[in-house]
Amino acid sequence: MLNVVWLILLASGIIVAAINGNIDLVTEAALGAAKGAVEVCFDLVGIMALWLGIMKIAEQGGLVQGLARLMKPLMVRLFPDVPSEHPAMGAIILNLSANMLGLGNAATPFGMKAMQELQKLNNGSDEASAAMCTFLALNTSCITLIPATIIGVRVSFASANPTEIVGACIFATAIAMTIAVSLDYWFRTRSRFKGTR
Amino acid sequence: MLFNILNVISTWAIPFLLLAVPLYGFIKKIPVYETFVEGAAEGFSTAVKIIPFLVGMMVAISVFRASGAMDYLTTALNPLTAKIGAPAEILPLAMMRPLSGSGVLGLATELMRIYGPDSFIGRLASVMQGTTDTTFFVLTVYFGAVGIKKYKYSLATGLTADITGFLAAVYICNVLFR
Repeated sequence: MLNVVWLILLASGIIVAAINGNIDLVTEAALGAAKGAVEVCFDLVGIMALWLGIMKIAEQGGLVQGLARLMKPLMVRLFPDVPSEHPAMGAIILNLSANMLGLGNAATPFGMKAMQELQKLNNGSDEASAAMCTFLALNTSCITLIPATIIGVRVSFASANPTEIVGACIFATAIAMTIAVSLDYWFRTRSRFKGTR
Repeated sequence: MLFNILNVISTWAIPFLLLAVPLYGFIKKIPVYETFVEGAAEGFSTAVKIIPFLVGMMVAISVFRASGAMDYLTTALNPLTAKIGAPAEILPLAMMRPLSGSGVLGLATELMRIYGPDSFIGRLASVMQGTTDTTFFVLTVYFGAVGIKKYKYSLATGLTADITGFLAAVYICNVLFR
């Protein structure tokens, strides 16, 4: 699916630009984005290092494991393939907590750490495991309790009530998350049936 | 009131974590600085690993946007979304939501500058910015970090969540703010 989506994005863009006679825009956009992607990664290096360092302390002190034990009843249902004491569980919880608090820059390092732990259970495969798909379904649709960025923008344009949208955000994300988790569950059980046949 | 509470939480969350975790580690007799450095060392290799994935995805998305292909798709979908109570101005934002986080923020800011943050469009743009994450970025970065090339059904799940989030945002804004 990804191969097709990627090709459609590229090809439709180039065809439209060619028809409209702006083919030079394609070159500019492609080269600019390639450069931008590397900049994004390098911006990530420092932030990654900071949060992975803090997380290591939390891990060694047993804080992450404690958090994982607290959430265990929920986590074992969402991730039946991951042992309940596995380090991946702690990292997943940290990632989702950071997302909910609107700490985007802390969420990404925790999320990557979670993926690395899940990959250890995936026998070095280059295909996503069911647990990874569930984690990303949760992650992309995760509730943000404090949408700090957009509140900041609203404040800067002198909104009479900058936070009035928080309730609506929570409502909309809660529905998106429910659908994402249900759909993931459906996909997962379906592919499991296929696997056992 | 709510604004003050949220503001306090979002300004204090990071300083609090930076204090609480090392302090807790110290009480637990962990060599906190050495442990920090050991964990931080993984930062570079992880960030560098995602470069090829991110280049591939960002180039495709950027070409799609800059060429005007996205505008055509938006125009084509407009009659459909007008039926559910979404103004035409908001559609580019909905199309951008799964593709680019900074793109969405830019568009939302622009809409609020033109229509004001307390207009229906301004409020809907705010809710959409606060709903669901940038599916393509998340999948690219997270799968890229561990070298996963086959995403299975996760793209379908993420995009369905984006569409659901959009519909739910339009619905709730029509109920609350119209």
